[in-house]
Order: sequence, then structure tokens, then C-alpha cells
Amino acid sequence: MARILKKEQWSETIFSMLIDAKDVAKASKAGQFIILIPREHGERVPLTIADSNPDEGWVQIVFQVVGKSTLELSRMNEGDELYSFVGPLGMPSEVEKFDGKVVMIGGGIGIAPVHPIAKTLKEMGNHVISIIGARTADLLIMEDKMKDASTELIIATDDGSKGKKGFVNLVLEELLATEADNVSKIWAIGPPIMMKACVESAKKFNKPIIVSLNPIMVDGTGMCGACRVTVGGETKFACIDGPEFDGALVDFDELMARQKYYADQEKKALELYKAKEGIA
Amino acid sequence: MAERLKASEKFKRDRVPMREQDPKERVKNFNEVPYGYSLEEAIAEAQRCLQCDPAACVEGCPADVRIPQFIDKILDEDIEGAFKEIKLTNALPAVCGRVCPQEEQCEGACVMNKKGKPIAIGRLERFVADWARDNGIVDEQIDEGTKKNKRVAIVGSGPAGLACAADLANLGYDVTIFEALHKPGGVLIYGIPEFRLPKSIVQYEVEQIKKLGVKIYTDYVIGYIKTVDELVEEYDAVFLANGAGAPSFLGIPGENLNGVYSASEFLTRSNLMRAFDFPEYDTPIKVGKRVVVIGGGNVAMDAVRTAKRLGAEEAIIVYRRSRAEMPARAEEIEHAEAEGIKFELLTNPIRVVGDENGNVKGLECVRMELGEPDESGRRRPVPIEGSNFIMDVDNVIIAIGQNANPIVARTATGVETNKWGYFVADEETGKTTHPKVWAGGDIVTGAATVILAVGAGKKAAKSIHETLSKES
Repeated sequence: MARILKKEQWSETIFSMLIDAKDVAKASKAGQFIILIPREHGERVPLTIADSNPDEGWVQIVFQVVGKSTLELSRMNEGDELYSFVGPLGMPSEVEKFDGKVVMIGGGIGIAPVHPIAKTLKEMGNHVISIIGARTADLLIMEDKMKDASTELIIATDDGSKGKKGFVNLVLEELLATEADNVSKIWAIGPPIMMKACVESAKKFNKPIIVSLNPIMVDGTGMCGACRVTVGGETKFACIDGPEFDGALVDFDELMARQKYYADQEKKALELYKAKEGIA
Repeated sequence: MAERLKASEKFKRDRVPMREQDPKERVKNFNEVPYGYSLEEAIAEAQRCLQCDPAACVEGCPADVRIPQFIDKILDEDIEGAFKEIKLTNALPAVCGRVCPQEEQCEGACVMNKKGKPIAIGRLERFVADWARDNGIVDEQIDEGTKKNKRVAIVGSGPAGLACAADLANLGYDVTIFEALHKPGGVLIYGIPEFRLPKSIVQYEVEQIKKLGVKIYTDYVIGYIKTVDELVEEYDAVFLANGAGAPSFLGIPGENLNGVYSASEFLTRSNLMRAFDFPEYDTPIKVGKRVVVIGGGNVAMDAVRTAKRLGAEEAIIVYRRSRAEMPARAEEIEHAEAEGIKFELLTNPIRVVGDENGNVKGLECVRMELGEPDESGRRRPVPIEGSNFIMDVDNVIIAIGQNANPIVARTATGVETNKWGYFVADEETGKTTHPKVWAGGDIVTGAATVILAVGAGKKAAKSIHETLSKES
């Protein structure tokens, strides 16, 4: 099952893998995610699908090393089998042919999940304006793929080392200042703080914006409720009701607080793993 | 060969108690609480059986276990024979011997209740199953000649799915189970704690079912990777046994604070993901000094006893009715009490109190008193005005039941669900409104017991067999 077909390192901490998972590739739609366990004794790691190819039978995942599990995953190699790989999970993106243009915003590692949605929207005949951003040029991923998936591509970096200088939400505001009337819908995926800022920017122009949430999950099938988020004052399960929600209704502060609950254990697990494996 | 006692002597004998881990010790580990009978103890208990014919105990068993026959084999000291008697109808004896509410089933029906205590049928079943496992007794393989050219798909590898799969495999069907999680067993793996049902035992019984030729695809979520409609196309029959699956919350303020768990999440982390062994296993779990579990059922008892073992200095049940109304098995409540679990009865939570970082620091409750009986026949608890108080707590675990998980049902065209989202299925056959689809277990009844799910799986297997036999 789930063998790593191809592994690429895109920056110091960002990796891409193509996973051999024919049935998942066949069934997956833009906006859905998978959960994997790198090795036995591991935890369940949810990752949004970056791309898939039903003919060749692979699913692409893109991840950033942030803790023990992603570090362990990054050290696995082509040919290795993942202990567990399940998907697709979650509701697909609600894509259609919109009257106006669509703006797709991807921040950092969030560019990966934006890609299949942009690609699908473009295939449906939409005019897709993508804004992709990273802290610095070296961390910018999937530029070529996003170019293919977009009608127009705008690049931004926090330090100005590539494209426009500044945060993606400010680039969005700049765009909406002239284009707002022509824009039907916006998607923003990235760190919660970035999505929150993009939602504020979209609100200024009264534009609908969809965000994809990444709370802590366990089973990912609606069974445990770990991923509950408050949307429009109601509790929703990101795994089966989402992961995409109307950004204007999301309680981002609660999401960010909940993401930190296991910070101590995550740190401990990472330190122990590094010590055991002799990683500096 | 053990001595057969006269009836008068049987009545004089007391039920043989089961030895168990000292409560002071067991709250520090996840090892199983009872040790199980020795051969001598099993024989002594078996000697009490009246060997009724017809046997009331069998009537009380949803798995139709041939109880007098297997007990008689114990007296012959033919434990392998006893095992084969049980296995004729029950594929999960080591599981059922541990987690069935026997007092409501076989033992509740036992004639000995009139004179004293019932025969410890569950303990005997467990003894036989454990003996067979320890002695490497292999199930009889299916005769190639009985193999049928019919394929059955089962959604979910919990007790209903496994029981159905085993019966159909024994009848010669080609059976495939689709399991959403990475390990088979359903609630037996993710829900019931190690100290009540060791996971190695579940794995063993699942392996035996696989040896019958049953294929189990894990990491395969029907509803996403494949629809029920597709299964209906590809298979001759489909049995939906995906479990209730979605935790209920109270709908009170503060439920999304850090430190509030559903019992499903808490138990899944500890049981399936083995967070109790963090950092040996990567999944974390957080248990503070004072943990409250809300609810009075078996799942609440499992959660509160798990919390205690994970280091809670105080682990407390908060339940809005009185002890008499608690739905948990008496044995589970007694085990919890022996382990120092506290009970705040006639107490209803109304708000989870958080600190400035979004972590739980308290639970506001109100005291209740019992009023008139409600539709369930239990006296309705009503709040006592002005009795509000705040308990200092670090974790709140909500164990108040489950809702129907929609992901399977929404891809099952023509399979009717009721207003709560559960499949509508005939109680005797498991037949749904779709001619090729059967359903059983918690996804039909709402959260119930392992043995009722086993019973539903068996009934569906019988009905599927009858239906498919007519077709050929």
C-alpha cells in the first residue's frame, strides 16, 4: 500500500512526496485531504492533497517539517511504505463557473492546497487570479504549477526578495481596490493568522471568501470531534463539515488557541526523537 | 473428567469469584483488571450449571451460544471441545466473555437467579476462549465445497461487521470488510480500554476471522473513496455496520475550550493511538489534576477510569440523575468506585469556565432533584434554583452519547434513514429499504452494546444467506 514514489526537498523544511495510492487518486476532488501515519507508533497527520493523478495512480502531498511526525516523514525515502494512508477525506471545494473572476490566495505551505482548487476552477473556464506568498523567495513553492493553474499569477514575499513586497492580504486589498467589481469569489489558504487577515481584507470590499481550516484532528471521519471549530456561532467538525468554510464566519482566535493545546508534548516528542536519531 | 453434582449440591455452591488486580495497583497501569478463571475455578463454576433443556440462557444470548453444551464440555475437561461449541455461533468469544452485559443477557435469564447467583457464563466463555488462544487451537477451515460464487461487502469492522463476516464466510461467501481506521475492530479497538479488553485479544480474534478468508481493507472510508452505490453495483449484498460514530456535545458555553474532550476523542487517543504510552507512541493526551467526566453510561466509566490511570489525582463522574438511573453496568460502576472514582450525582453541568489562554479551569454545575417520571420511565431531574457552584477542574470529558455519522448514509441511494440519521432496518433480518443492502449495530439502533451489534450482524448474515440462496 501507500509507497513513496517520489520525494523532493523544496527548501530547508518543505518537502513534496508522490504517494502510490490509486484508489485515493481516483476518488479525490479539489479541497479534500488525507491522513497518514509515517511509521508504526506514529500519530495521524492530516495533509491537504496538493495534486493527484488518477491515471498514474498517485497523490501529491506537500508538508513543512514542524514536529516529530513531519520530521520523521521527511526522513523517509522513495520506496518506503507509509504505515497508514487514508483518503480522500472532507468535503470537496464548491467549485463552479463563476460570472466574475476568482482570486486564489496561498500563503507559505498553503499554496499546496490552493493548487488543485485553482486548477479545477481554471479547467471549468474561470478567470483565476492567484496570489501566492512566502516569507522569502527561497520558501516560495509550486510557482510553475500555480502559473499553469492560473490566468494571472501574482507573487509576494514578506521581505521583497521576489515579486511584490508585503503580506498577501495587502496584495489582495490592492487588487480588490481596482478589481472588486469583477471578482465573484476568493479562496485563501495558509496559516490561520494569514487567513484571518485575508478575511478582514475581503470584508472591506464585501466579497465572499472561503478558507480551509487545519485544526488538530484524530480520526478525520467525524468520530472524535477534536477538530471542532466555531463557524457562525455554531460548532462544526472541520473533518466532515469542512475543511472549507465561509471565512467571514470563522472564529480564528479559537482555532489558533486550540492548535496550541499540545505544544508542550509536541516539543518533547521532537526533542526525544532528535536525541534518539542523533539529529542536531 | 470432573464430577457431576446433584442438583441439591449445585444449589449449595456459591458462584466462583474472579480474582482481579488490587484497585490500588491497577489505577497505575493499563493491564486487564480481572485475571480470568483457572481450570479448577472454571470447573467448579461449571459444576453449578443445571443443564436446563430448553435453556433460558441461550434464549438470552443474541449470539445463540450453545451454553449448556460448552459448559458440559468443561466438565469433561475437554476445553477444545467447549471452544468448538462456542465457535459454532460466536466468532468473538474472548471479546464477548469480557464485555457483554451478561446480567442482562444469558446470566439474567439463568434459572439459578431464583435460588442465588447465576452461573458465571461470561467468565466461563472467557476462560474457554483464552485457553484456546493460549493453546493455539485453530478453527476448522471452511470446506472448499461450500464456497459460493457470491460476494458480500461489509462496511465497518466492529462487532456487527465481524460477526456478520464470520457467519457468511463459514457459509462459503466471499466477504470483504471496509474499515475507515488503520486497524480493524471498530469500537473494540478505539473505544473499549485496554484494562477491560486487551487489544491483543481483539487482534487475535480478528485474525481468526481473516483465516476464514474474510478480506479486511483498512484505511478505506466508504462514503469518500467509494460510495455505497458503487458497492451495491460491485457486490451481491452490502451490510452497513459503520457504527453511530459522531460524538454529542452538551451545547453549553465553553465546550470548545482546550481541555474539553468528547469521550470518543479521549478514548481513541488512549486506546487506538495508545497515547497512554506517550512518548513511546506519538499521539499526545493531556490529563490534569482534576478531571470531570459528564455522563453515567459505560463509556463514561471507561473514560473516567482511563483518566485516573493517566494520572488524574481526582477523577469525577458528573451525572444529572441519581445512581439508580445510571445506565452503566453495575460491575463497571463498582470497579470505578473501587478505584477511587468520585461521583457527583444529581448534578448538571451548565458552563465550562476558561482561563485567559483558552484552557479549562472550571465547570459550573447546578444541583438537581428528581421530579415526575419522563417518557423513558426514569424520574426527570429538575434543577434546584440557586444551587449553582463551580468545580475547579483541568479537563472535562463529555460522554453523553453519539449521533449518526452522515458520511456513509449520504452515498447510499435508496437506503432510508430515520430523522436522527440512523438506517431504517428490520429488527429480525437487518433488511433496509434497498433490496441489496442490510444494516445493523449502532448505525441502526444508536449507541448500544457489543453483543447487540454481534446479534445484529448474525441476523443480517442469516438473511443475506437466505436472500442470496434464493437467487442462485
